[in-house]
Amino acid sequence: MDHSTEQQAPSAAVSLRGIVKSFGTGDTKVTVLRGIDLDIYLGEILLLVGESGGGKTTLLSAIAGILDIDDGAIDVLGVPLSQLSAAKRTTFRGQAMGFIYQQFNLLPALTAAENVAVPLLIQKIGRAEAVQRARVLLDRVGLGDRAEFLPKNLSGGQQQRVAIARALVNEPRLLICDEPTAALDGPNGQKVMELLREVGRAPDRCVVIVTHDSRIFHFGDRMANLTDGRIVSIESIAREGTA
Amino acid sequence: MNYVALKMLFGDRAKYLMLLCGLTFAVMLIVQQGSIFWGLMIWSQSSVSNLNVPIWVTDPGIAQVDEVKPIADTAVDRVRSVPGVEWAVPLYKGLLRARLSNGDYHQITLTGLESSTLIGRPAEVLEGRFEDILQPDAVVLDQWAVERMGGPAIIKIGTIFELNDKLARVVAIAKTQKSFTNIPVVYTTYERALRYVPRERRTLSYVLAKAKDTLPVAEVTRRIQEQTGLGAFTADDFGWKTIGWILKNTGIGINFGTTIFLGFIVGMAIAGQTFYLFTVENLRQFGALKAMGASTFTLARMILLQAFTVGLTGYGLGIGLATAFGFLTARSGGLPFAETWQLLVLVLMALLAICAFSALISIIKLARLEPAVVFR
Repeated sequence: MDHSTEQQAPSAAVSLRGIVKSFGTGDTKVTVLRGIDLDIYLGEILLLVGESGGGKTTLLSAIAGILDIDDGAIDVLGVPLSQLSAAKRTTFRGQAMGFIYQQFNLLPALTAAENVAVPLLIQKIGRAEAVQRARVLLDRVGLGDRAEFLPKNLSGGQQQRVAIARALVNEPRLLICDEPTAALDGPNGQKVMELLREVGRAPDRCVVIVTHDSRIFHFGDRMANLTDGRIVSIESIAREGTA
Repeated sequence: MNYVALKMLFGDRAKYLMLLCGLTFAVMLIVQQGSIFWGLMIWSQSSVSNLNVPIWVTDPGIAQVDEVKPIADTAVDRVRSVPGVEWAVPLYKGLLRARLSNGDYHQITLTGLESSTLIGRPAEVLEGRFEDILQPDAVVLDQWAVERMGGPAIIKIGTIFELNDKLARVVAIAKTQKSFTNIPVVYTTYERALRYVPRERRTLSYVLAKAKDTLPVAEVTRRIQEQTGLGAFTADDFGWKTIGWILKNTGIGINFGTTIFLGFIVGMAIAGQTFYLFTVENLRQFGALKAMGASTFTLARMILLQAFTVGLTGYGLGIGLATAFGFLTARSGGLPFAETWQLLVLVLMALLAICAFSALISIIKLARLEPAVVFR
């Protein structure tokens, strides 16, 4: 996918314009995002990289609508997210977004299938149907035989695969991933990314991944480098067999 | 999400058990102490309830049922003459010492009932026939007298003892509510009671009366007061007057009140703190739920469900334990224990307050929670 020329660029699924976010007040005020402009397109995997403290996680939180911004505009899938109330943002998030976290954030008391079903339960889908759909997703991520396992009985890689299934179960159009391989060793990280690319990527979905892990850069389509609160570069990632 | 909430609650077994123990202990303490307190209050007005008559007439300055202030013998006729009174009978009540054949002395409460009607007699007789009280020198004891005066080997039907150097022969044992002072009660006829006690100018302790069925008891009681100048009380009012006197003049109310209050505070502290910790430790999970689209209202509902589930479980267990305690200790009558539905409702309300408080501090924490916590 190439968005280097404006003439060929489709309309953005996520559009960020002039995003500013600060924390603290007075002498302790720290500006973390200093006017971010960024478009993310359907069908692509965008990597957000950069040094620690550069604002990656803050930007991710802003895109997800779980952090209020000071200035700018965020449009997600045609919805002016920055203008919505917190309650409406929460509802929209539940319907349109999926999340994958560094620490998995699985509920320890729930089985793998029940964990995957949680986003559907939040959407008030009945438990039997939700668990049924969760099992289908677990099959897709290769954990069909682990559906009744508690998270503590799964390896780190398996837990992250459960988290991927959970992120996809409500068929989100925006998948937000925060350091998805940071808690995993190299081979497991690679497997998780392969899986994420295989089952997460779709023509009507965009995936945003914050990562430090250079070993997984090749899984992305584009890479935005965020340094000191500014996007200093956006580059397409060359893939084998492409120019 | 109710299912998720309950699985989260039961999944953290250690915290769940700690919460359950705290609430169970609090409920048990409050119910047990409340029941003993109320049992004591029932004992304190047993002199009223044991006689089971609707209207009590005596000196207007009387403070409680066991404080006898004798009135003129003419009071019986004066009460009978009040319109609306169906009947009125005299009652003697006073303290006396009984001397057993083995030389032991025991203080007793002598109760003299009007001989032609025996109004005020205990409803249940354990041994013998109450009507035999009409035989010469006959007395009826309550079962607590048997216990206090040496047991069934010494006090039984046919036992003879002395009251003020006059013979008294036991003809029956009656079942009564234990009294606050636990002084044995000896029943006899009014006329014989006056022969047992030393001569006094005034010997009538109470006039027991009943209103005609067509009139409210309270109205007739008011008429007796107005027309005789005596103190007239319904049985309920007299019982409450006695309870009020006990509460005001002894430390019982403060003592039990303090324990019950402490049970409430301890329960609230344990439940509040543990539940708060439970929430704080699951903050990332709650943050994840919030990020996935769960509203603050949904999370609050989950917290409330968790709090009230553990609360109501603790309520059931606490009441079960308190009831078992009451059953084991009070069935012999040795300990006052009255577990009333009013007490259980009050404890339920206290428990709901504890749960609501615990849930509230967790909900406040969650309401302020930024779901961005999951990205940290």
